[in-house]
Amino acid sequence: MEIKVLKNILGANEQIAVQNHQLLNSKGIFAVNIMSSPGAGKTSLIVETIKALKGRARIGVIEGDVAGSVDAERVDKEQVPVIQINTGGQCHLDANMVRNALENLPLKDIDILFIENVGNLICTADFALGEHKKIVISSVPEGDDKPIKYPMIFHTADAVVINKIDLIPYVKYDLQAFLKGVRALNKSAEIFQVSCTTGWGVEEWACWLLNQKTAGKSPF
Amino acid sequence: MHELTITQNILNVALEHARGAGAKKVGRINLVIGEMTGIVSESVQFYFNFIKEGTLAEEASLFFNIVPARFRCRACGTPFELKTDTSCPHCKASDMEVLSGRELFVESIEVD
Repeated sequence: MEIKVLKNILGANEQIAVQNHQLLNSKGIFAVNIMSSPGAGKTSLIVETIKALKGRARIGVIEGDVAGSVDAERVDKEQVPVIQINTGGQCHLDANMVRNALENLPLKDIDILFIENVGNLICTADFALGEHKKIVISSVPEGDDKPIKYPMIFHTADAVVINKIDLIPYVKYDLQAFLKGVRALNKSAEIFQVSCTTGWGVEEWACWLLNQKTAGKSPF
Repeated sequence: MHELTITQNILNVALEHARGAGAKKVGRINLVIGEMTGIVSESVQFYFNFIKEGTLAEEASLFFNIVPARFRCRACGTPFELKTDTSCPHCKASDMEVLSGRELFVESIEVD
């Protein structure tokens, strides 16, 4: 006997993601899921954004890594609440890990929550966490062909941040080709060019984030 | 790379529906997997052979319906696949919509 199922394989994850989203909304927290390859500058962008928004928004951070706590230690220096999740080999965060982390954060003291995902452009795209916005960082040294190689993550991004923009004179990188690739897959994503080393573009990105938080009261 | 999680979810969905139907065993699980999800079917198969032991699906086989990543140009309507360029092969516009390739679900199970 054949039984029709038609059930999403990640349905359980998505249910928890919806619960996370409702919890975040009830606490007035705007959550962003930060995704990129390893080394693109997720932690650097978070640290620079915390500095840029000092006095304007209270930040909290969930750090996702396969192992270790070096990123959490970097963020901790900025004196904001931070929780490290070690996925123990898993290549992405899932909604349940984020739920557990939320239980251990002082939610009443947070306006914007950064969820730094594991460095990976494939698996992270499949798992909703309950976030309000998905951000993809792609750095100049990685090359301009990332959108065509990882279409799913660029297709689903709400914003794309091109980091290490100060390195353009030194590496073979066609910015127009990259922008064209992103636009082909995603008409509406905001695109920012930043350098976390020089600070270039960070203010513009931080202001956009702040505006999204104010504008996006009920994003679902 | 997260195939073990995926495989566990597949097994859970299949077992839940088999139990709901009062089945004695699951013979076949039909899956629909889009190419853009990056799921490696060989790897799912590999994990499945381990985790199905001792369950109603112990003798079950997995069948994969792999859906290719297909795009359509919003300017001229030409459907195409993504190869080396993100422009439409027909009119060269860079504006596409995703037609298929994001699927990830258990379509049906066959039980006794």
